[in-house]
Amino acid sequence: MDHKISKIVEQMAPSGIRAFFDLVLGMKDVISLGVGEPDFVTPWHIREAALHSIEEGYTSYTSNKGMPELRKDIVHFLEHRYGMKYDWNEEVLITVGVSEGLDLVMRAILNPGDKVLVPEPAYVSYVPTVQLAGGEAIILKTSIENNFKLTAKQIDGAITKGVRALMINYPCNPTGASYTRKELLEIARVVKKHGILIISDEVYDELTYDFDHTPLASLPGMKDHVIYFNGFSKSYAMTGFRIGYACGPAKILGAMTKIHQYTMLCASITGQIAASEALRHGAKSVEEMKREYKRRRRFIVDALNGIGLDCHMPEGAFYVFPSIKKTGQKSMEFATGLLNKKKVALVPGIAFGPSCEGYVRISYASSYENLKEAIARIKSYLG
Amino acid sequence: MKEGSMDEILEILANDARITADEIAKLTGKSKEAVKKAIKHLEGNGTIVKYKTVINPDMMETGKARVRALIEVGVSPQKNVGFDNVAERMYSFPEVTSCYLVSGTYDLLLVVEGDDIQTVSNFIASKLSPMEHVRSTSTHFLLKKYKEDGQVLKKGRNKKRLNISY
Repeated sequence: MDHKISKIVEQMAPSGIRAFFDLVLGMKDVISLGVGEPDFVTPWHIREAALHSIEEGYTSYTSNKGMPELRKDIVHFLEHRYGMKYDWNEEVLITVGVSEGLDLVMRAILNPGDKVLVPEPAYVSYVPTVQLAGGEAIILKTSIENNFKLTAKQIDGAITKGVRALMINYPCNPTGASYTRKELLEIARVVKKHGILIISDEVYDELTYDFDHTPLASLPGMKDHVIYFNGFSKSYAMTGFRIGYACGPAKILGAMTKIHQYTMLCASITGQIAASEALRHGAKSVEEMKREYKRRRRFIVDALNGIGLDCHMPEGAFYVFPSIKKTGQKSMEFATGLLNKKKVALVPGIAFGPSCEGYVRISYASSYENLKEAIARIKSYLG
Repeated sequence: MKEGSMDEILEILANDARITADEIAKLTGKSKEAVKKAIKHLEGNGTIVKYKTVINPDMMETGKARVRALIEVGVSPQKNVGFDNVAERMYSFPEVTSCYLVSGTYDLLLVVEGDDIQTVSNFIASKLSPMEHVRSTSTHFLLKKYKEDGQVLKKGRNKKRLNISY
């Protein structure tokens, strides 16, 4: 029969990169710098807490919003860490990763035709989630000249009628760019002036290397303007547990919870218990992983510049976004050639938006030994 | 060099004793000379005692694996020197690879190594037990090493991460 697909889904940009991903996944003995998750296994105390909970019989649904213990732990953590104050029952929602939360917020706030400002390069789900919710994504390009950062002026100029929200992610996947408190204050001022929401994905907050991370929602008078997203995947190496959370004004969180209760019901109880353990006892593991990433960052940036690929020093996450323009190759061609000839995998810039042609994303969430070998192979590929 | 920088160099070396000063410099952003100087300083003041290799004896060619025993030793302390003299007499034997003074029901905990059970038993019977001030010994032969000095000795399982993801 003629299987008809929803128009929105059909019109969504196909992931041109899928074929490349399949090629990588089908190849053996690849050194991968293409991974968007930590190379650490979840710290044992967290895994042990999850095992124990299963033995104790915690295998049921939880409250739609998430277990009260975890929501209270999150509120306590955010207040202690950043001075943010949320009501655990009205202003916090536990989601299946930040990914689910972003989908929820778009569906909760957008009406057909509403617009959302989305930076580019950006994480691959932002534009599709806006579109799936019936909204329109307005792209704000960032470039290497500006260290891949949005500016307050750029945002100010882009806010027109129908713009409901600004999507922002810092530290950023794929560029590693982040913002200082001063830069955020400027952005906050503009956004507040126009009365739009900020959807802030801060899942890499713990991996900020050169200054203290500042959540936009923690800035004076901003709590009501920001939906804050965070999760456990990156800070605690818990990607497979799929636990994220959203904090923000009760009205919007309530609307998100409505969708969540019908579509997801709740996040997994095992993951939620593991997340509580992470918040209560995970600080030391986070610090250890952060120190290790910071060393690798320094090595990879120097090494890439050393072999002739221009690379800026990112402030956070575990990605660098070097330019391959000097090679004269398109990012897909470069990535495919490097994979086939030297068995090194990375993600072509084009995956993160059309303006990212000429760049590749390299993840340094890989052992120092692997990074050294990969650099040697890239060097020999460049010839 | 700033405080903390030394700790970072030690953290790197503790994990890989064979890493070069040049590589440490690249990882930490310090000059090669500064790293060399720091390591020399740490070696000189006894912070770095020795560079060792962690070996899993189970993987060694047959016959090479050595026998190891933990020995709990009860000692009558001596006036003025406590346990120090007896401890020194014991740890000076090359067969004793570790020696600790501990709290609890006995006093010294020794690790003793030998080529086989007979050698270790003989050593205990002829050298340790008869020693003056020794009240008791209790010997535990090691059957299997799971983890040593923070290192799990079992070969790692296959990695489970996908090779590429957003």
